[in-house]
Amino acid sequence: MTKSKIIVSRRTLLKTGLAGVATVAAPTFFIRDAWADDFCNMPKGDTVTFGFNVPQTGAYADEGADELRAYQLAVKHLNGEGDGGMLKTMKPLALKGNGVLGKKVAYVTGDTQTKSDAARASAKRMIEKDGVVMVTGGSSSGVAVAVQSLCHDAGVIFMAGLTHSNDTTGKDKRAYGFRHFFNAYMSGVALGPVLAENYGKDRAAYHLTADYTWGWTQEESIKNATEQLGWKTIKTVRTPLGAGDFSQYITPVVNSGADVLILNHYGKDMINSLTQAVQFGLREKMANGKKFEIVVPLFSELMAQGAGDNIKGILGTANWDWKLTDDATKTFTKSFGAAYGTPPSQAAQTCYVQAILYADACERAGTFNPTEVIKALEGFEFDGLGNGKTLYRAADHQCFKEVLVVKGKANPKDKYDLLEIVKNVPAADVTYDPAIFGGELGSSAAKKCG
Amino acid sequence: MRNTKVRDVILLGCFAVAAVAAPLLAAPFGAGYPDLLVKFAIFGIFAVGFNILFGLTGYLSFGHAVFLGVGSYAAVWSFKLVSVNILPAVIGAILVSGLFALAIGYVSLRRSGIYFSILTLAFAQMCYNLAYSVLTPITNGETGLRVLRDDPRYLDSAVGVLGQSPSLFGLPMTGWTGYYVCAAVLVVAFAFSVAIFRSPFGMTLRAIKTNQNRMGYTGFNSRPYLLTAFVISGMYAGLAGSLMAATDPLAGAERMQWTASGEVVLMTILGGAGTLLGPVLGSGVIKYFENIFSAYNEAQLGTTLSFLPESIHDGVVKTLSLFVGEGWQLTLGLLFMVVVIFLPGGIMEGVMRVFRVKHTPPVKSLGDSAQRDIVGESVIEEMPADYGAHPAPEKALAEAKIGTTAQ
Amino acid sequence: MDAILLQIMNGLDKGGAYALIALGLTLVFGTLGVVNFAHGALFMLGAFCAVAMNKFLSYETVVVDPTQLTPWGSPLEIRTPYVQALLGDWGKFLIDYSVPVSILLAIPVMLIISLIMERGLIRFFYKRPHADQILVTFGLAIILQEIVKQFFGANPIPQTAPSAVSGSLAITSAISYPYWRIVYFLFSLGVVAAVMAFLRFTTFGMVVRAGTQDRETVGLLGINIQRRFTIVFGLAGVVAGLAGLMYTPIVPPDYHMGMDFLVLSFVVVVVGGMGSLPGAVLAGFLLGILQSFASMNEVKSILPGIDQIIIYLVAVVILLVRPRGLMGRKGIMES
Repeated sequence: MTKSKIIVSRRTLLKTGLAGVATVAAPTFFIRDAWADDFCNMPKGDTVTFGFNVPQTGAYADEGADELRAYQLAVKHLNGEGDGGMLKTMKPLALKGNGVLGKKVAYVTGDTQTKSDAARASAKRMIEKDGVVMVTGGSSSGVAVAVQSLCHDAGVIFMAGLTHSNDTTGKDKRAYGFRHFFNAYMSGVALGPVLAENYGKDRAAYHLTADYTWGWTQEESIKNATEQLGWKTIKTVRTPLGAGDFSQYITPVVNSGADVLILNHYGKDMINSLTQAVQFGLREKMANGKKFEIVVPLFSELMAQGAGDNIKGILGTANWDWKLTDDATKTFTKSFGAAYGTPPSQAAQTCYVQAILYADACERAGTFNPTEVIKALEGFEFDGLGNGKTLYRAADHQCFKEVLVVKGKANPKDKYDLLEIVKNVPAADVTYDPAIFGGELGSSAAKKCG
Repeated sequence: MRNTKVRDVILLGCFAVAAVAAPLLAAPFGAGYPDLLVKFAIFGIFAVGFNILFGLTGYLSFGHAVFLGVGSYAAVWSFKLVSVNILPAVIGAILVSGLFALAIGYVSLRRSGIYFSILTLAFAQMCYNLAYSVLTPITNGETGLRVLRDDPRYLDSAVGVLGQSPSLFGLPMTGWTGYYVCAAVLVVAFAFSVAIFRSPFGMTLRAIKTNQNRMGYTGFNSRPYLLTAFVISGMYAGLAGSLMAATDPLAGAERMQWTASGEVVLMTILGGAGTLLGPVLGSGVIKYFENIFSAYNEAQLGTTLSFLPESIHDGVVKTLSLFVGEGWQLTLGLLFMVVVIFLPGGIMEGVMRVFRVKHTPPVKSLGDSAQRDIVGESVIEEMPADYGAHPAPEKALAEAKIGTTAQ
Repeated sequence: MDAILLQIMNGLDKGGAYALIALGLTLVFGTLGVVNFAHGALFMLGAFCAVAMNKFLSYETVVVDPTQLTPWGSPLEIRTPYVQALLGDWGKFLIDYSVPVSILLAIPVMLIISLIMERGLIRFFYKRPHADQILVTFGLAIILQEIVKQFFGANPIPQTAPSAVSGSLAITSAISYPYWRIVYFLFSLGVVAAVMAFLRFTTFGMVVRAGTQDRETVGLLGINIQRRFTIVFGLAGVVAGLAGLMYTPIVPPDYHMGMDFLVLSFVVVVVGGMGSLPGAVLAGFLLGILQSFASMNEVKSILPGIDQIIIYLVAVVILLVRPRGLMGRKGIMES
């Protein structure tokens, strides 16, 4: 498909080169014509290529590996191989298990390195060289926002992986970007009542916040949610990313008059700060006549593994957990476990679902044309993908579904059994007005490549 | 000496042709797509500039990525405030990064050797840490600074130009046009570096590298020369940074991290420090690894190697998959060590060994010899004659005198 | 007042880690004249000795029960930690003390690794410029950490301090400090004292010190100074490894931890004076304490972001005002 096209452009180039055309602009016009399509990377031939852009090196490499496993599983299921996974439970379902629109699904992979530049370079490679029709994946909000705006400009749909910042579908939202994962605002709203229930309404909180955009949005969301409950905020302190040793930020907490420590950290930072806060005996302290508590608003299985025993009894939120009891979750967990011998992480689930949702939207739209696919995804309501009834809201391309409040399990049965579900917060409770975060989706008109 | 000039022109011509034909040349390696070639060109510029400092003077800066980052930020701000035309952005970026280089260089060049490296590293880390956190109003922190629809773009709105993606007088900076603009800049930047290598100024820098003490004893104040080289190479980095922002309008702080500075050092060394072509080759190799090797996955490897007999197929795929995909850094580390240990002259030394270019002294350490690039080999012997025939030496001498009195 | 006392204590244990890493780095530089960018990787390898030991001690015999399935569909595995099964309470005790016990593993392992590193690679780089040394050891560091990543993954692996010292010591009613951090501080003091005493009071140390001053003359006396320097490199590797190992309960180790410490430890060495042991130790503690103070809210409200740059700022000032560092030999590196 694309091959013959490129040969043409090579020849034109060669000709122009031989003709000694020294001007810079001239060869481009030939190429631009050669790239002309109805829309960027319209799949021709009998395959359609997805781009899986996940961190393979750096601190989130393990999470990235899990995402990639989920994507490979999704591709298998889309092509009708394996046990079909959540295709068996998804409702409504347009996919037929023979690929997408009759084309077999192929994929390419890339390494985001959890750096905006590298992630964008990798996404560009997929778009320009491999001719992908959709890019998906990622393990941090910075990368998600960066890749999302790139994909929007290129006219290729981006199905975000793990990204929790309000900005992704807030002030930095784009018509071509979709997020299944929940966000910091929802974390705050879901966690708030549970905190009040467990720790009372008269609490004083001390925030330690990773000093970058995601940390700030989470701090703000949690602060608003807890203050509405009647909590006081004693202080918010910014910590450098990757500080390693947080002792100098933890020691002042004790005498600050606070009785709750909220750690707005993710990944390695969270593992370190939580481990150290526990070592400093914060959880055995009494403050203001109450037991001192630590809260980590967002955590994942991998972080729980890294924090070991320290996570026990800590409250936080999660997007999904393999111990949910609905059929879809059970099916997916079995299917993933059969393939890889471990239960899937929440990152794996969100990525799997994103790939399936995109494919399904194409099938429903009857075309890969992004404008139509965006229309098909916008306002799409579905069930049976592991989080109950879910809505892809048209106004900001954010999914609304149940949010889990989880707790580090006190007596895990094995190394995968680290979290227990405290509460399923219904979607209605975490739904908000899209206007509060501003931002604009921009045009969803199909674009030509280049 | 005429010989050298002719050879330089030939070299430049070949270089330009290679740059134009790059989409064809790179296609068989799976690298013939605009974004990667743009990266080749941009990092080529960056490495060529770094080579002017490290290759000629031997001063190893471990914080050069700062200038790249600063250039990117300046360019994006120009897209936001002035115009989407890349011309003001590029010029602005070069000036701003030149200023940064002047300030950092002025302080850092008070020390030499590893102390100089640590100073530049310290400045770079400070810039990176601040850009990531407290300077977020200017840098937009982790997410990176981007061009937005509602930016003012005063010049554009004054003349009524619409659009928000960077262009060169309407020529879009995406896709192949973007590549050719960058390639043209690379050729010019390369030509300028050749000119510096051949100039009396370049000779002075080599002399400083060879024996700075002796230069000092003859009453020669080397610091103004070093500072000039530092600023020029910082401006190259700024230029590269601005092109990066032009082809992909986002400037992130990671660009300034010390690992990014390390990367340009690796590029230069891998290709051959102090050679003309080496840095360009080195940057190409590293970007190739980062973008193509990292994208190979086990499944692809399995299909590529399907010609192998079944019995060893899986084993070979398993072993090789350690080195591609998520293991690409391992391969890069190995390659790098091989070069440093066995080929201190980098890829260029390997090329010359293969083609047995005459009078190639074995290179004992990275960038130790100033006379081993293919065309520049005879420069050392010929330069003094050339030196006397031009009015340039008087000027250089005068400069040297000024330097001395200033001291 | 409490706040200041606490920050000094924070600085002391942080400084302990800096001092231990910088000690080895500066020792190698002082004797072999080599700038070792793989030193951070040695720190990381030491930490993974603790992980390996823990894995070994808590190794489980797995019996698969195919009649029962886990929720994700694999057959249920019944695991029994075999050390515990074999040794009973003793086994439990060993697992509990796996971090200190792994010192026994780490000393020979680190010694062997660093000797191989020195004999196999670094000795060829004595005569090459610092830039070459930096680059070759940098490449080595990348390879070492990629290998560790292949075995242990990228996610941090938690290690616990023995339960006897896992709590925190109540100093006053308001202040308490984790026992393990106090242990770490004392441990670092002990190691520093041992290394200094070794170099000061043994004949071996005397020869090494003499060799540092004047290699040729010592060689002319018929002493194989090279072999002694090689052993010094091994010693530095062991010190770095132990520093990393004992640090694991404080910061769960991951393959990248060496790089995180590397830049910092170089700054420490430079501030202390290249090649000066007491300088490295002093600078380690000093920078640790400075960093703790810069992170105080009171300071940050006046100078936002100062905690992010304080170490580098100090390095710049020291290098400009006193390039030989706090305790460097006069003339060293001054140009």
